[in-house]
Parts: sequence; C-alpha cells; structure tokens
Amino acid sequence: NSAPCVIANPIQRLQARHFSIGVLPDGVDRNSDTFTQNSDEMGRLLSELQSRINKVLAAGGEAAVKRNRSRNKLLPRERIDRLLDPGSSFLELSQLSGHELYGESLPSGGIVTGIGPVHGRLCMFAANDPTVKGGTYFPITVKKHLRAQEIASQCKLPCIYLVDSGGAFLPKQAEVFPDKENFGRIFYNEATMSSQGIPQIALVLGSCTAGGAYIPAMADESVMVKGNSTLFLAGPPLVKAATGEEISAEDLGGTTVHCKTSGVSDYFAQDEMHALALGRNIVKNLHLAGNQGMLNASSRIDLAYKEPLYDVKELRSIAPVDPKQQYDVRSVIARIVDGSEFDEFKKLYGTTLVTGFAKIFGQPVGILGNNGILFNESALKGAHFIELCCQRNIPLVFLQNITGFMVGSRSEASGIAKSGAKVVMAISCAKVPKVTIIIGGSFGAGNYAMCGRAYSPNFLFLWPNARVSVMGGAQAAGVLSQIEGANKKRQGIQWTKEEEEEFKAKVVEAFEREGNPYYSTARLWDDGIIDPADTRKVIGLCISATMNRPLEDTKYGVFRM
Amino acid sequence: TSHFETTSPQQRIEKILVANRGEIACRIMRTAKRLGIQTVAVYSDADKDSLHVKSADEAVHIGPPPARLSYLNGSNIVEAAIRTGAQAIHPGYGFLSESSEFAQLVQDKGLTFIGPPASAIRDMGDKSASKRIMGAAGVPLVPGYHGSEQDIEIMKLEADKIGYPILIKPTHGGGGKGMRIVLSQNDFADSFLGAQREAAASFGINTILLEKYITQPRHIEVQIFGDKHGNVLHLYERDCSVQRRHQKIIEEAPAPGITDEFRSQLGQAAVSAAKAVGYYNAGTVEFIVDTITGQFYFMEMNTRLQVEHPVTEMIVGQDLVEWQIRVANGEPLPISQVHVPLSGHAFEARIYAENVPKGFLPATGVLHHYNPVSVSSTVRVETGVEQGDTVSMHYDPMIAKLVVWGENRSAALVKLKHCLSKFQVAGVPTNINFLLKLANHRAFVEGNVETHFIEHHKDDLFIDPNNKVICEDAYHAARLSASLVAACLCEKEHSVSRESYTGDQSLHSIWYSHPPFRVNHHAQSTMELEWENEYESNSSKPLMVSITYQPDGNYLIQMGENSAQSSEVKASHLGNDSYRVEADGVTMHVSLAVYTKDQMKHIHIWHGPHQHHFRQKVGIELSDEDESHHKTNFEGTSHPPGTVVAPMAGLVVKVLVKDGAKVEDGQPILVLEAMKMEHVVKATSGGYVQGLKVTAGQQVSDGSVLFRVKICTVFVSLELEYACLVDNINSNN
Repeated sequence: NSAPCVIANPIQRLQARHFSIGVLPDGVDRNSDTFTQNSDEMGRLLSELQSRINKVLAAGGEAAVKRNRSRNKLLPRERIDRLLDPGSSFLELSQLSGHELYGESLPSGGIVTGIGPVHGRLCMFAANDPTVKGGTYFPITVKKHLRAQEIASQCKLPCIYLVDSGGAFLPKQAEVFPDKENFGRIFYNEATMSSQGIPQIALVLGSCTAGGAYIPAMADESVMVKGNSTLFLAGPPLVKAATGEEISAEDLGGTTVHCKTSGVSDYFAQDEMHALALGRNIVKNLHLAGNQGMLNASSRIDLAYKEPLYDVKELRSIAPVDPKQQYDVRSVIARIVDGSEFDEFKKLYGTTLVTGFAKIFGQPVGILGNNGILFNESALKGAHFIELCCQRNIPLVFLQNITGFMVGSRSEASGIAKSGAKVVMAISCAKVPKVTIIIGGSFGAGNYAMCGRAYSPNFLFLWPNARVSVMGGAQAAGVLSQIEGANKKRQGIQWTKEEEEEFKAKVVEAFEREGNPYYSTARLWDDGIIDPADTRKVIGLCISATMNRPLEDTKYGVFRM
Repeated sequence: TSHFETTSPQQRIEKILVANRGEIACRIMRTAKRLGIQTVAVYSDADKDSLHVKSADEAVHIGPPPARLSYLNGSNIVEAAIRTGAQAIHPGYGFLSESSEFAQLVQDKGLTFIGPPASAIRDMGDKSASKRIMGAAGVPLVPGYHGSEQDIEIMKLEADKIGYPILIKPTHGGGGKGMRIVLSQNDFADSFLGAQREAAASFGINTILLEKYITQPRHIEVQIFGDKHGNVLHLYERDCSVQRRHQKIIEEAPAPGITDEFRSQLGQAAVSAAKAVGYYNAGTVEFIVDTITGQFYFMEMNTRLQVEHPVTEMIVGQDLVEWQIRVANGEPLPISQVHVPLSGHAFEARIYAENVPKGFLPATGVLHHYNPVSVSSTVRVETGVEQGDTVSMHYDPMIAKLVVWGENRSAALVKLKHCLSKFQVAGVPTNINFLLKLANHRAFVEGNVETHFIEHHKDDLFIDPNNKVICEDAYHAARLSASLVAACLCEKEHSVSRESYTGDQSLHSIWYSHPPFRVNHHAQSTMELEWENEYESNSSKPLMVSITYQPDGNYLIQMGENSAQSSEVKASHLGNDSYRVEADGVTMHVSLAVYTKDQMKHIHIWHGPHQHHFRQKVGIELSDEDESHHKTNFEGTSHPPGTVVAPMAGLVVKVLVKDGAKVEDGQPILVLEAMKMEHVVKATSGGYVQGLKVTAGQQVSDGSVLFRVKICTVFVSLELEYACLVDNINSNN
C-alpha cells in the first residue's frame, strides 16, 4: 500500500530478471489446519495487544484528560502530531512501557517517545504526559527518556522535548535520582549531544519544576507558553518554606519572566498551538546542525521498488501456536523484502541459520533468521555474513526465533562456545545499522548471538507471540528440580512426586510470566510490540532512522580461532 | 451571417483605443482582434496589471485610481489615442460613454467616436429634454415633471400634483445612481437633497426630474441600431426587470410572456424614438411596462452599448461591437428589419462582489480563487478579472457576466442554473448563490418577472433564521461538505508534505507513505471548521471534524461528539483545486479553494449544486515577540453598544454634526460615498455622539469605527439602516 511496483526502463527490467533468481516461494499452506490455528491464535494475541494499546492511548483517564483540555492543552500524541509534517508517519517506541510494573497504572510510562519527520528532518520526540501522575518521572519514565536519547545519540536525530512534568516522582526518588542511569543522565545526554551538534529543543507546555527545569535550561533553544508554562527550580510552596517569600507561580517562573527577564527561554508563545508552530519553525531553521547524513548519502536507493509478492498480513498466520514448533523463516522473509527476492548466502551450509541479501523499500539489507538451534556451522556462517555486510556497509536485520545453541558433548568438543563467541564478537563490533525483530522464542545465548538488547541493535521489536528468557520454562524447571532434588536428598528430605511437580509448575509459571512479551516491554527490554503485519514497514522506518550519521569502519576484537 | 457592403471610401479603422476597463474593455478588444484591428488600453494605477491591459496590443497609463482622475479624464484619453495612433475610441459603457462633450472632443481631434452622434447623446442624456422630444414624436411617457424649475418647494408642489409615490431622478446619468423613491410628502426634502448631492458627485450636474412611481412595473428595453445613412432597426427586446438596488442582475431576451404584437409595438416605438434624435450606432430604448394596465411608457434612452447586450447577440446571432465598428466606418447596416433573426432564448446573470445579506452592499477584496465555467458556443463568460486580482472600491464591483443560450427559455434556464453552480469565486462575497436561488424560484421559472421581484419573494430568497426545517437542511448539507473538505485537505496536505520533503532518492520517503504509519493504531487528526452561513452571517456554526486514516487509505470522518454519524470518504487529488471523492458509495467531483485572510484559513468547496464556505483558525504561526501584535481581530469583533462602523470602505462626503452633539434617534450624522452610492449614516439611538473624528474627504475602511452614540438602548447598525431603506422603498410600492 505504499509506492507501487514500477519498472520503468529495460535496464531495470533486466535487473529485475536477475533478482528473480532469488524469489522465495510462498511457503504457506493456507488450507492447512495449522494455518487456521495460527491465525486464530495470533488474532487472539493481537486483540489482547489492541486492548492494552487502547488503554494507554486513553492516557491518564477521562477526568485527567478533560482537566488537561480545559487548560487548552493537548495530549502528548496530539502534540507530536501537530509538530510532525502533515500526514507523515510516526514510529512510536515502547507504548506499553510501565505496563503492570507498579501498583498503579502508568500508561506508556508517563512519557511518549518516538521518531518522525519535521520539515523533512527526522526528530526524536519525548513528550511528558501530564495526565499520567502529573507527568512525573517514575524509574521507568527515566529509563524510557534515556532510551529515546540513546537512539537519538546513535542516529544523530535532533531531540524535541515536550516538557510538561512535575519532576521526579518523590515516593520513588531513590530509584530515580542518584544512579548513573537516572534523572541526571538526561541532562548529561543533552549536554553531550549538543556538543556533538545534535540539536536539543525544548517546548515547555506546562509545568517544569525542579529537575525538569533543566530540560529546557539545557536545551539549545526553548519555547514557553503564555499562561500555561511555569519553570522554576523550586515552586512557590518550597520557596515559601525556604525563604518566606510569597509569590505566584506565574511571577516566579512564568513565560514572561523567562522570556523577558531571566532569558531561560527563547520564544514566547501565545498558546500551545503557537508553541508547536514555533517548534516546527526551530527545526526548519536548523539548517545543517546535526545533519551528518553520510550514510544516507552513500546509499541512494531505487524508489521503484516492488512490494513483496505475498500478503504481509499473512505474517499473522505463520508463527505457530506452539512456540516449540520450528517454522521456516523464509516464509517471513518472503513477506518482508522487496519482491520477495532474497539472495541466500551459504544456503546449504549451517542451515539452521538463514542468511542472505535483500532489499527493503529499495534499501539493501543483510538478513539473518533462525531456522532451528544454532550449530557450530550456523554460528560460523553468521559471523562470516556479518563481516560481509559490515565491509559493504549493509544494514543488518535479525529475525530471532531461537531456543539456543546446540548442547552436548559433541557440540562442546567441536568448540561451539568458540563459534558462538565469533558471532557475538562480529555482532558487537558491527558498526552498520542493526535492527532485531523477535518473531518467536529468544532464549539463552541465542538471544545474544542474534543481537539481543545487550548488543545494542539500533532498534528491537517483538511480535506478540515472542518469549524472552534465559531458557524455556520446562527446561528451567528440569534443571532447578534436579538441583533441588539433590539438595533435599543431601538433607535427607523425602521429595514426593507431587511436591516435585508442584515445584516444577511454579518455575514454569514464573518463566512463563517473565518470558511474556508484556513483561519485557513493560521493562523496556525492547522498543515495543508490533503487529507482525507491520514488520516490513517498521524495519524500513528503523533503518531510515539510522541513516543520518557518518560511515563508521567496523573494527573487530580478537576472534578466538 | 452578416454581409457588409463597403460603400464608403472613408478610411477604415485600424486601431481602436478602448476608453474603459474590466470586462467591457476585454470584450471590445476581442471583437477588434477578430477583425484584425489593433487595440490600445488605458489604465489607472489600480489597474496596471489587470486583464484589459494584458489583452491589449498597447496600453497607456492615464492617472491615479479615482475614476474622475483617470477613466473620466477625457483629454488624457484622447491624448493617449493620438499618441498611439489610434483612429477611433470606443467608450464602452459607464465612464465617458454618455458624455457628449467627450464624443465631441474625440471628433474635434479628428478621431472617430464609436457611438452615436454627440447631439443625440446630449438630447437623450438630459432626461427632461429627452422626454420632451419623445412626447413630440408620439412615444408614450410616464406622467411626471420634467421642468427646468429646480426649486424644492415648486418641485414639492409638482410631486403633489403627480401623486405619491414619486420617483426622484437626476436628469443625467443612469444605473440607479441618485434615484430616490419618496413615499410621502414628509420624506420629500431629505430625498431630494440626497439625490441632488449624489447626482452632482456622479455626473457633475444636479438637475432633478419627478415621475409617477409605477408600483408593479416591468423593465423592458429594446436594442436599436442605426447607421449613418438614416437606417434604424431594432434587435428585439430584453427583459431586465429583476433588479436589486435599482441595478439589473438577471437579464433575458426575448422578454417572457409578451405577444408578438406587443413586441412589434415596442420595437416600433423604439425605432421612432431613435429616429427622432437622428440616432446612429448602438442604443437602447428603455420602457417601463405597467403590468396592471399593460401600458408601456418611454423611460429613457441609453446612448451606448449596454452591459446586457450579449443576450441580444445570442438570440440574433450578431456581434454588436462589430456592428458598432462597421457603422463608425460609415458602412450601412448589414441587414434589414425583416431579416433580423430571432432564435432561442438567452439569459445574463451579473456576478457581483457584494454582500447579499447586508442589503447587497458592494464588497471589495482579493479574488483568491476564480474559476469561471468553461465557455462554449452557448455559454459566454464576460470578465475583466483573473484569479489574484483585487476588486477595489474605485470601480464597479461586477466580477463577470455569465451569458447562456438555449433553444427556448426553459432550456436556457437549465443551463443558467448549471453554470451558476459551477462558477467558482472565493475571496470576496458574491451574489452567485442568490442568483441561483432567483433562477430556481418558481415565479422566475414561470417568467413572472417584475421590477419588485426580489422584494415580493424575499421570504423565499432569503433564509429565515427561524425556519427550523430549512436551517436544519442547510446545516446537514454543510456537514456533508465539511466531511469532504476534511478528506480533501488531508489528501492534499499529505501530497504536499510528500513532495516538499522527499526530494532525494533515500529511504526517507517511506515516512510520507499513505496512510501515515502509527504503531498499533490509526493516525487521527481533528479539524475545527466554522461554517460561514451565507444568509445568517451572525451565526457561524463550529463543526468539529475528526478524521481517522484507514489502512486502505480512506478517511473515516466523524462529526462532533456523535460517533454514530460517521462516514468513510475516499479522496484523490487530481491536481490544483480538483478532487475526486467517494463518500457513502457516491463518487463526485469536488473543487476546493483555500486561502488565508485575517489569520483565518478560508476553505470554499463546490460539489454538485452545493457550495460552502468554511473558516479555520490558523493560529499564530509566525510572530514577533511583541504581544500587542497578537490581538486577534477577526470579523465579528464586538464593539460596545452604540458603536457605528463603516459598512464598507468609502469616502466621507459630509459630516453633519459635531462630536459631542446631542442627537435624535435616526438623525443623519454623516454621509459616506462608496461605489458611487451615497449612504447616510444615522444615529442608532438618541444620545450624545462620541468619538466622531472623521472629516469630509477622509477615506474610511470597511468595519472601522465611525462614532458611538452614548446612552442608547437599541443597537442598530448601519447595515440594518440600509436594509430598512431598501425595505421601505419596496414594501411601500
């Protein structure tokens, strides 16, 4: 449903014929029971996802939203919509962060983050939600803000902070305030990004107290709104307590004070809409600031790309109901890449890892997808392929569906740890854009070898059927019950079969809970859960977002041979 | 169809200077070009880039915007003709077209005046003299006083003799300027003095005549044509009854519902009238027809080509400007009376920049969008403006004439209605919708036209805000339009973004795919539109439109809080202002015009027979830091009670009281002149005049505060005052 397949001239047609060597087969039997079962199951997962998304889209609830409107203020997503170029896309991150994380609900973790274009420039947005706990920072709020800054820093994206926050959430101040990756890091990041020429823009659209006051103060440029914005290190109550001075919020840190007297803010906005318009204007005037874009320039692409031959919506019917069941990742690739064309590398070697070259929206990518447990050969193949892509400056896409590396004496003896280390080394050092999508299981060292969160992929998204844990619940239960059994035996305690089963069930249950995608996404182990049908689109947007930075040579450490 | 015989050895005209502007200048040049004749335009400062200048081979600047310094400056114009080597001057209509002095001057300078002899202009220009001549020639006359005695008391006695209602008319000029209808003796003095003043301002001569006012008249006029060899013929009649502010708005030919016998009587009378003054070239003899008695009376003769001449051209298949040039060349008329064809029926609708609900007051402004209907052999658009032009206060606010022809009256009427609904003007208020209502009116359809048509059918022609059913229907139609507007604007916005921001061949363009991507939800947007209710300007209704982008690229449009009233709209942008829209299973063509004015985005939509105007707050996009700049000054700004604002841009002619004076309710305070019409601004209540700072000769802008009457309980604006004046004129006749 985006650009149509247009093959304009004979040369392109010739190229198209070349590609056709690698056209993937459909790989899906639409009449099978599994297809139906899988669709039904994914349908259930998606409606569950949808109902959770709907809750967070409703922000802090009806009363809070109404109160917000009465102050002529918009919700954070509406604010972002008005900053974005009209009719443009927005890649929102971690919508369900904070989900069931605290005793109280914290929709989207109290802050909306994401990427979208303003006057053609991709920007990172971080918008406090004043309807959620007054926009205060919970630990997860801080984490999400920092994650947005991390992406912005990696991708050299101008940052637009839509500030409307009461500062740190005081009851949790210990988890918010002092540590390295806590509140203070936000300002540290602003300073360091600014030093690298990455524009930092703050629009103060509401209160901006205490620590929050530093967000605009640290920004390159800031806007405040008449009547709605206040900015001070200490609010009137604290001032009165500290010095006895009695003063209104407006006189203490209102827009007029900061635009006319203190100089803390640069632009005086009549109302919120004006502030947002000024925000767009600031971006318009950035000219080349932070516009490094070498990667972008180095990969001019052919916009006459083809859509996949098969319906992307069928991605909703491919992942099996039983996560233990393996499925051919090629049927996923066939629905992600241009024209379903995939030139497979080392097709016959290390077959449990599928590697190959393709294009997504005309942009060349190297894809690694799991087709089973990683063996020695598959790991070596992966390392080889990553090296190829790094040398050619081709972004990497990881499609994770992995239970782990092969275990057992044969495997250990052949040095699987060594092979795993090679692929981890390659991934860690690779300086090309990396995007990981977990389309099934993500267990143990497999998570690491396929560019899990720890390997800093630029983006990492989950499908709703994903599972992330050190190993499967059943395996963990097996391991733990063996140890527990041995302990009990040493202490001479009799362990009945029922007791053992109960013990195992608890372990399985805990792993099931903690391996659940919502558990992961609530804690920001990823950048969000997506509908499988959006995979192609999301990968495209992610890679596009990584293109505004200079080329970097990949330099590896010592490969254990 | 015409075959001219050249009998005169006289030198033929090869270059014409057109001493006019606007549509008539363009129209004359069109014929001249077709005949291979070169054209010279003249223009004032206000018209330097206008269409008539661009249409001419050469153009000469003749002065500043006020007409008396430019288009009425005869010697400058003649000089321009001599300078450019034009042998002839065509005066068009208005301006100098009926100035015998000018016609004489042209001749004295050895140039050809494309029009009647100066003597005929002089004879017919003086309305009293013309009536005497016509009376002598046996042409029937309306009872009245045409004497040279101008003393107000004597005139009053004469008026008593004729009997009220009485029509006061300047002896010179036309177009309803300076005319007053007096209903009773008490109003005589006021009206008489006003008419004198207006006549003086417009024509330089302030003599007045009196006439019996006919209460149910029709205005029928006969086009005549004469050559320099003594031949005179008529080209049938036109009915110009439908008028507002004494100015015609829809004309047609032939007149509906008259017998052939009556037609030939009229024609004969007109030819006699022309012959009585030794007339040649184009002229029009106007008759007033008393619909009650069936009597017709001579009113006046217009010694020029009329605004509405195209309807005659359409039914006789002739080009009257060509005839004018041929006659000026000394050629005889190409056909004789018996050979004048009469084929089908033609209408002309005059499209004006005017404020219909404010008593048809002239409007000024920029034509932000102008897209007239396409022309054909049966549809003519006579226009002198282009998109982006300004309708200024200096000249007549007519935008265009729409002329249509059909096999018969009803066929022509179908075409007229269709063309009116497709005639797109945005930026200034127009009378298009009003013309459409007129054309749709039962009585008009039946041909029951008369001079007070608008007044008699005002309940049908103006929406009564208290009529719930009509208002609800109108509101419903506006809501549908609003949803189409929303979809089209989103579609346009998207394509504009895509074009502006994705120039390079990078992956970047996927950020502008359609529909815009959102993670796990659909992109939404809201639009707050204010419906500009044309006939109820004080009650613009806000419409909250919420738009959801559907995965298939359609828009789900919801209005207000009520989500049940949603529709799915598909829009594709065909380029420029044109869209193809599918809503609820019906596909239609939609045109949009969008422009910004006074910090408001104005959106006009045309689809099918519907036309709507919406406003949207733009917000303060770019501003200085200065807070004082941000005072919103939207239309409808409320002033304290008792404040009187200028109803339109104009010139203060006279200030009648001093600031601080005590005044009675309705007492005239000052006289404003605009569009050559005088408006008396009166006290809106009894009290003291405050803040009266304007002086005679000062220009005031539309809506500016003139003064305030303190201690007042009733608030009556000048617009209402004017409307009342019109009401009085009409309802008492």
